[in-house]
Amino acid sequence: MRRAGGAVAVGAAIVVAAILIASLKVNPYLYFAGYVILQYVVIATAWNILGGYAGYVNFGTPAFFALGAYTAVFLIQTVKPPLPVLILAGGLVSALLGLGIGYLTLRLRGVFFSIATLALSIVLQTVIINWEFVGGSRGLSVIRPGGPPFGNYVTFLFTVMTGLAVASVLVARFIQRSWIGRGLAALRDNEEAAECMGVPTLRLKLFATTVSGFLLGVAGAPFPYYVTFVEPNSAFSLDYAVNALAMPMIGGTTSWVGPVIGAVLLGAAQQVATVTISSEMNLFIVGVVLVAFVVAAPEGLLGLARRLRGR
Amino acid sequence: MADALLEIEGLTKRFGGFTALNGVSIHVKAGERFGLIGPNGSGKTTLINCVSGALPVDGGRIRFAGQEITGLPAHRRTRLGIVRSFQIPKPFGSMTVRENLEIPLEYAARERSDAADADAMEILRAIGLEAKAHLRPGGLTQIEMRKLELARAMAARPKLLISDEAMAGLSHAEVDDILAILFGLSARGITIIMIEHIMRAVMRFSERIVVLDAGERIAEGTPEEIVRNPAVEKAYLGE
Repeated sequence: MRRAGGAVAVGAAIVVAAILIASLKVNPYLYFAGYVILQYVVIATAWNILGGYAGYVNFGTPAFFALGAYTAVFLIQTVKPPLPVLILAGGLVSALLGLGIGYLTLRLRGVFFSIATLALSIVLQTVIINWEFVGGSRGLSVIRPGGPPFGNYVTFLFTVMTGLAVASVLVARFIQRSWIGRGLAALRDNEEAAECMGVPTLRLKLFATTVSGFLLGVAGAPFPYYVTFVEPNSAFSLDYAVNALAMPMIGGTTSWVGPVIGAVLLGAAQQVATVTISSEMNLFIVGVVLVAFVVAAPEGLLGLARRLRGR
Repeated sequence: MADALLEIEGLTKRFGGFTALNGVSIHVKAGERFGLIGPNGSGKTTLINCVSGALPVDGGRIRFAGQEITGLPAHRRTRLGIVRSFQIPKPFGSMTVRENLEIPLEYAARERSDAADADAMEILRAIGLEAKAHLRPGGLTQIEMRKLELARAMAARPKLLISDEAMAGLSHAEVDDILAILFGLSARGITIIMIEHIMRAVMRFSERIVVLDAGERIAEGTPEEIVRNPAVEKAYLGE
């Protein structure tokens, strides 16, 4: 319990630091880039709760992210509630979708589950493309609310995303260290044996898909205010599917630290590449790094470090 | 049967058009050492899968300690005390040997994690895997793997332990090793169903044996009676 308190204190310190950074008047691009990296911390952490802890590889990250974003768009178009409500609503709607795909795991395992999640993303994108109210295929401009509590709206969103990243990482850390995390690890290793050793595998899988879905939706909900123009191709971008998987793989999937390391390293590398080389280099970098890691360090940087220390 | 711990009544299981179990009834008494034998494909493992909850049944009922369990999910049956080991060991590969035991201690026996820690070591000591507690299962030998499988089953605190071919492929001395462990568990009051192809082991261990052939129960009796039973001989050797 005391260690959990320590982690919360560290998290709070990070958020305070982010507010201080937000009040510095440096190049505004840094906040834009920082937001994207932090958003990936949330996405990678959320993905890893299902993909890393439970071993169910989700290729449908864009579906959950975009569902969070479009839930926000829908609410902005109708009642225009404050940002925290948008985030909560985006999370809850995506959590419902997560619960739904959780039931898929009753019948689909391994690669078949992954294919189903990929299909889900395509189906959902088609629905959004044909829904004019939220912009359809042409997209929709979103007007940011005036008067953020501090700074301008981008620096404000930057600190909000810091808070969300800290909260997601704390959730992932708590799950990993609790009996839930141990049960998920057991079912990842061998689902049949886990069930026979008293682990309620279905319930744990539903928990993992729901929490993972919730956090992915949370990551997507502030997206409309960040980009101010939402259209299906960017909300359902392949980048999210690839990065959500690549970042934990590079960091290491069995611990909460892995996705954070992966998201910061890969996210930062992509931002640097976008500025210095071209935005097309993003996925290229991810692809090369991912192949390298799958071949040379399948357990990610954490596994690599463990192996080096073991010698 | 009043003192039956496990009552299987008219159990039927089909896979498509193939009937793997055809109205099989078996009663196992509390504290009994029970042997289940039969040629390959006779339905032994299917029966165990139905009892442990890994497979749904197509007909018949299963009662455990007087409670109907036919529709319960597998993890609930484990918590009631029906624990199985697997023919091909299925350890949790990313965990150490000790952590492998902590899963059933925490989930099946509902122990707190700090108590589970100590109890896992105690079980490993009893089974002779103490020195391997910190290793991952990948680093174990065949016999150690089988012992881990049994140790993990013990950690679930079974009332009924179903040992599915725990000795297949082991040497003579190793078979005796596993037998000694199972006798020890039996002496502590745990009911044991042994499924085994090694006749020497199953004949020595069992107080009562049921023989399955092609999904039907063809014989029941003490080891001596089974050996002399012509139907059993026919099932194994043909006419």
